[in-house]
Amino acid sequence: MGDSTNPVAAQYVLGLADDALVYAQRLGEWISRGPQIEEDMALANIGLDLLGQARALLTRVGELDGTGRSEDDLAYFRDEREFRNVHLVEQERAGFGFEMARLLWFSSYQCELYAALRASTDEVLAGVAEKALKEVDYHRDHATQWVLRLGDGTTESHERMQQGLRDVLPYLAELFDDDPASVAAAESGLGVLPSSLHDAAVGHVTKVVAEATLELPTETRWRSRGGREGVHSRPMGYLLAELQHLARSHPGAQW
Amino acid sequence: MSAESGPKTWPLWEVFVRGKRGLSHVHVGSLHAPDATMALRNARDVYTRRQEGVSLWVVRASDITASSPDERDSFFDPAGDKVYRHPTFYDVPEDVEYL
Repeated sequence: MGDSTNPVAAQYVLGLADDALVYAQRLGEWISRGPQIEEDMALANIGLDLLGQARALLTRVGELDGTGRSEDDLAYFRDEREFRNVHLVEQERAGFGFEMARLLWFSSYQCELYAALRASTDEVLAGVAEKALKEVDYHRDHATQWVLRLGDGTTESHERMQQGLRDVLPYLAELFDDDPASVAAAESGLGVLPSSLHDAAVGHVTKVVAEATLELPTETRWRSRGGREGVHSRPMGYLLAELQHLARSHPGAQW
Repeated sequence: MSAESGPKTWPLWEVFVRGKRGLSHVHVGSLHAPDATMALRNARDVYTRRQEGVSLWVVRASDITASSPDERDSFFDPAGDKVYRHPTFYDVPEDVEYL
């Protein structure tokens, strides 16, 4: 391992980086749309934490894959089929209940992910994980606080939170799929198997959902697939257009 | 924002930040939150994003009893001519930073 290039490891790290980058973009959309300005700030902060993780991870990808691409090259000048994020994070911003359900699941997954990656054989990845764990621990707490209040709040808030949990369900299995890149990364000690994170993440969500007097839906007639191979859902193209158009319209622009 | 205490408006909280150990908590501003736990989290997000603090207090604004501007004369003026109440007659040792 060490400093030599490793394209398969790069694919694995790219998946983690794109999850963070794309969800950061979605969370940024909450600015001016939160229930209060304080919540705009909270979600924007969480998005910025994720953006910081994405930057460090993308930079590492450019080193590992041997192309020497920068974080900006990777964020702004790849097309949809080259993105490796799961479908959960690219779904359009919906109601606040949906967002809290998505954030609770995603941050629970990331808590387990980064906790495990602290032992990565890749020093950069281990370092990013060490720092990011404190951040995502707070993200998970934020989502937890809201799910408790909305679930155990009014009839209306309870129903909307319950609907949010139902709406994210089809996208959850993909988070814990062992795709070829993660299997290889886990074998080398650089990464962890997504399936190994499943039980602990579900454990936290289950506890919160029960305390919030909600029910954790488990039956779904379909599930998302393909994100880690670059096959995305309809909202992804629109998201990338907004994320990338400025950098592409003014290549090399600085501020 | 509609009525101040309408059912759809979160109550107002005053936020106090301790900059570092040894300093007092200082009032930095206010914010809205549905309850104390969320107020603390909002305060973290709004007022300590740039490492401004090591400790936070939040207090419901309605729980603060403030002196009234009308009482200013009787409250504060009598202290004006009593210089002997100021601790200026002591020598402060050099290395004492916050006294």
